[in-house]
Amino acid sequence: MKKVKADPKGVLTGSHYLDGDYAIAEGALAAGCQFFAGYPITPSTETAERFSERIPTIGGVFIQMEDELASIAALIGAAWGGKKAMTVTSGPGFSLMMENIGLACMLETPLVIANVQRGGPSTGLPTLTGQQDMMQVKWGSHGDYEIIALSPDSPQECFDLTIEAFNLSEMYRVPVFVMTDECVGHMHEKVVIPPAEEIELVERKWYTGPKSKYLPFKPDKDMIPFMVKAGDGYHFHITGLTHDERGYPVINAECQDVCVRHLNDKIRTKADEIIRFEEDKTDDADVVVISYGITSRVTTRAVRKAREAGLKVGTIRLITVWPFPEKRIKELAKKIKAFIVPEINYGQVVIEVERCAAGQAPAIPVSHCGGWVHDPDDIFKAIKEAAQ
Amino acid sequence: MTEIRFSGFGGQGIIRCGLITGKALAIFDNKHATMTQSFGPEARGSACSSQLVVSDDRVLYPYISTPEILISMSQEAYEKYEPELIEDGILIIDKDLVKTKPPRGNIKTYVVPSTRFAEELGNRIIANLVMLGFFTAITRIVSPEAMKKALPGLVPSRFLDLNIKAFDRGYEYGKKILDEEKKVTKKKVTKTKK
Repeated sequence: MKKVKADPKGVLTGSHYLDGDYAIAEGALAAGCQFFAGYPITPSTETAERFSERIPTIGGVFIQMEDELASIAALIGAAWGGKKAMTVTSGPGFSLMMENIGLACMLETPLVIANVQRGGPSTGLPTLTGQQDMMQVKWGSHGDYEIIALSPDSPQECFDLTIEAFNLSEMYRVPVFVMTDECVGHMHEKVVIPPAEEIELVERKWYTGPKSKYLPFKPDKDMIPFMVKAGDGYHFHITGLTHDERGYPVINAECQDVCVRHLNDKIRTKADEIIRFEEDKTDDADVVVISYGITSRVTTRAVRKAREAGLKVGTIRLITVWPFPEKRIKELAKKIKAFIVPEINYGQVVIEVERCAAGQAPAIPVSHCGGWVHDPDDIFKAIKEAAQ
Repeated sequence: MTEIRFSGFGGQGIIRCGLITGKALAIFDNKHATMTQSFGPEARGSACSSQLVVSDDRVLYPYISTPEILISMSQEAYEKYEPELIEDGILIIDKDLVKTKPPRGNIKTYVVPSTRFAEELGNRIIANLVMLGFFTAITRIVSPEAMKKALPGLVPSRFLDLNIKAFDRGYEYGKKILDEEKKVTKKKVTKTKK
């Protein structure tokens, strides 16, 4: 994997006061994103606005598409044209993208999608927050596939994790999702953008062999196939149908087995390298609170109160939500009384915690159906009850 | 930790007030400042507000619930948000746009003719900057230097000087009000001694 320094022309070095939406756009530009296609939807529109102002100044392309189906399709094309590409959306637009997200996974296409989540289902709460697409991002398209999803807790992390999302997408040739929410997306805070030379980027694995020998889906030693730029004279074929290393359809169970296992295993076998989380005071904890995004900040307030009350409570803040830190949850489950999982939905990631805990410790949801963040006292009460 | 709400009607630059103050605090005064804004069907003319949580440490809960400081530049906003102001909070209003109810608790009310001052300076659109200057002098939560440094990028560059003028007008007026308040308090103290 080749690492390069960021190109200074996209990097707005300095201290800024930005909302999460703007910070996502700045992260993408710092990461070398040269193509944005999207359809405006609250509460993600500010990201598109920022792109429309900034990307032409650095020689990139902004296209307001006719809808979200076209947006994600354009991204796949741009990525195969050799560009780093991204789009941003929210619930209803995310649903519309699902079919071609599957295509992007099948074609092993590096691209980044930010979802500034709002309350759902359907049009739900356009202007109010939610974390209700956390299962959809993993399971929303049909068939078996793996993706990577990150969850920023602040505008600063919107910037940082968007860069990381691009790096991961290039490293694993997979769509990577920045799963933020309306609260973080519309919240203004200080965002420090480092000098370009301090931003490390993963360079796409370009194929350099003879033109006649290029195979778009032949896994390299690290399982990740090489890419080329469409239009550079390579003859290759890509299709959403089950395909072989050449990219041509092979419609039988044997090829399906190789193809589908590869799409999943290239992420599953590297999960330990991909997964990032912050763990605090779990050593002697009776209760461990698992949270992500804005909820993890509200959780910190509840946890401080619980510790002041003498309760032994630890925390895990998920930075990567998918793949999920299954191993660590399994280990902790053996020695604690309970997991508490506050999230702004009616119980999603808690199901994954429950699966990983496998009956060793209960996973107790603190559900909030969306529209606002939790009252820290609701999380405190759940901790207190579980600790007793 | 301090919670601040700027309120008024859409079009007055209420969100801008939150942005300028938040930027001043976070970038130039080394505080943590989280700004959120009401995202409703607010349009020009209806109640509108921006909220700021200011702290020495990281802000954990991004929204405000019991603000210590309320700035109201419209009657509707005042009536909507006054009840949540804490009992010994600071209320700052535009003199000509807000009629207050009898004071509640130990709330201190400060009055500035921000829109009138702005009109005198040539454009009522800078009333929010007069208000910010006044707010800066009265609350002392943010330095005037930081506020002025925060303006480039948040006000049109060709109107930067005018915005600074408006800020200074409000700031000086705020200082004057505080000086008068001190004199009154001193007199009261002297009287008691007699």
